[in-house]
Amino acid sequence: MNAVVSLTSREEVDVHHFSWPVSLGIPALAIFIQVYVTRQIRFIQIFDLPLLVTIFFAVARRRPIPGMITGSLIGTVQDAMAGIPIGLNGIAKTIIGYLASSLGVKLDVDNPGSRFLMTFGFFLVHHLAFMVIDLGLVGTSRPWEWGHTLVAALANGFLSVVLFAGLDKFKQRM
Amino acid sequence: MENFFSRYKNPLVLMAVLVIQVIALATQVKRAENPNAANSGGTRLIRVWTVTAVAPFERALVSTGHFFRDTWHNYVDLHKVRKQNLELQEEVARLKMEQVRLREDAHQAQRLQALLDFKERYIGQVVPAQVIGTSGTEQSRVIYIDRGSHDGIRQDMPVITPDGIVGKVKDVFPLSSQVLMINDRESGAGVILQNSRLQGILRGTATGELNVPDTIMSDEKVEVGEPVVTSGGDRIYPRGVPVGTVASVTPDRENDSFLAVKIKPAADLNRLEEVLVVTKVTEQAPAVASSSAPQRAADILAERLPSVSKPDANAGKPATGPASGTGPANTAVPAHSQNVPQSGTGKKPETPLVLQKAVQKTEQKKEAKPGAEQKTAGPNPATTTTGQSKAPAPAIAGPVAGANAAAPKPKPKPTPVVTTPPAAAGASQPKSGFAAQVKKPKPQASPSPAAVPPQSEATKPESERPPAPVGERPPR
Repeated sequence: MNAVVSLTSREEVDVHHFSWPVSLGIPALAIFIQVYVTRQIRFIQIFDLPLLVTIFFAVARRRPIPGMITGSLIGTVQDAMAGIPIGLNGIAKTIIGYLASSLGVKLDVDNPGSRFLMTFGFFLVHHLAFMVIDLGLVGTSRPWEWGHTLVAALANGFLSVVLFAGLDKFKQRM
Repeated sequence: MENFFSRYKNPLVLMAVLVIQVIALATQVKRAENPNAANSGGTRLIRVWTVTAVAPFERALVSTGHFFRDTWHNYVDLHKVRKQNLELQEEVARLKMEQVRLREDAHQAQRLQALLDFKERYIGQVVPAQVIGTSGTEQSRVIYIDRGSHDGIRQDMPVITPDGIVGKVKDVFPLSSQVLMINDRESGAGVILQNSRLQGILRGTATGELNVPDTIMSDEKVEVGEPVVTSGGDRIYPRGVPVGTVASVTPDRENDSFLAVKIKPAADLNRLEEVLVVTKVTEQAPAVASSSAPQRAADILAERLPSVSKPDANAGKPATGPASGTGPANTAVPAHSQNVPQSGTGKKPETPLVLQKAVQKTEQKKEAKPGAEQKTAGPNPATTTTGQSKAPAPAIAGPVAGANAAAPKPKPKPTPVVTTPPAAAGASQPKSGFAAQVKKPKPQASPSPAAVPPQSEATKPESERPPAPVGERPPR
């Protein structure tokens, strides 16, 4: 009985898809800006645009497998550009893609407040996953800066409200 | 079974994707233990494809930005240019006058440099490059430059700016390269503190700072602001390139017996625009064997010391003065000192005005004190003992005389009345290492064994011990 209710609820939730140029271009643009613009404006490093794009696509599609694959590809390319072992961001963003798409099925994530909270939480989870992988698999230790991480999570949360509103224009209802 | 897969399809796919990435990550970590195998295989391909795909866009964007910026600056924003032009012309005239004065100082500095830098490495060839990107994260400190393997860039080439070192080439792609900066935590460089001559290994931290950990003992004196240069010991960075200055010196938290020295980089690593990739480092090694080093030092000093008699006057009279340096082993002249006027060439070296005045003063003193002149040109005490008045004397006056003072002597050696240059005077101290370069003359040039008492290894003068490299501290 519950399953029937759940399916009914899912049908009521808008599921979107994106055109191929948008699906490829926006993640590439996010990585490109992350690599290029941070050279000109240093404080932009506090934002994780690839993570925000991962969250947006996963939540909008509301399908876990495309969400995690999107996160995996974006993270892998980001690792390749950053010169760190490939897989650090890949694994972390795969998890975020899966969680975000799973969350998008159950919650209304089109509200600005929920988008802020969702991004804030996912940023912390992403950072935690990154640190655990870095410490456990790669074997290196980075200083855990709580203050900096919280400020970065807040900044990314605020940016997501603006960014997601702009990216909503590319959505295509199925 | 089919129901199981369809029910748990999403978690299973998630697990599969994670397992694949964990395996790829573990493979890289294992390869990183072997530096030769690092960055090889599939992960290397991923990096190559990614960077090759992104680099053209970055280059295009940078070029476009430069085009608009140059257009604005060169064709539009030209007000105040006329006034600035007049100011610049006045400054050029002033600088020309100053250049004349500085040229004389430069000649003197070049000779001093030639004296001190026997084995200094020189940067042979550089390739200018434009910084087109960064890692984009705080987890790594790498930059991308618009030069790649097509431009002759290779892995591990040093990257510098006129201010100081930046890092080394980590990965090379066809049209771009990835540079690991010195403040990355995986980076390392051999450095030396310019004043105290302490050596260490420069390492980056996770927060992008530079420090020299676990190498400098806590009883050493390191002053804030002391310049730090590359030592050349890492075989990557050329020797003597500025690295930065000492920013702070604190006791090491993990080990009290060492100092934690933080370095402020000379190059602004956060605002790099253009860099230079050193594609060729030529080591200007001496053209003769190391046994000729004392003679080179002697020749250069002989040019500078006012009490040294001219080689023309000493023709056919070997070793009548303490700094003549005209023994049989002195005929070879190193390649790098060709520009330095030699005492054996017969041509009077071009002496700076300051030195000419010093020579005049010293000659006046000699005339006023004939006894001192007699001491300078007097016979070597060793030759007096053996009765061989023609035996060659030590090749160099200042440092060798200081080194010989440690050996037991039957008589006090007459002190040459010469003014030791600051570089040579400092060489008598253990840290300078210069005295180790200046060897004593060969045994056949020395007096008979009877004249020199046998010495144990411990009582040997420093000049007879194995020479240490110039500018390097002896190992602890």
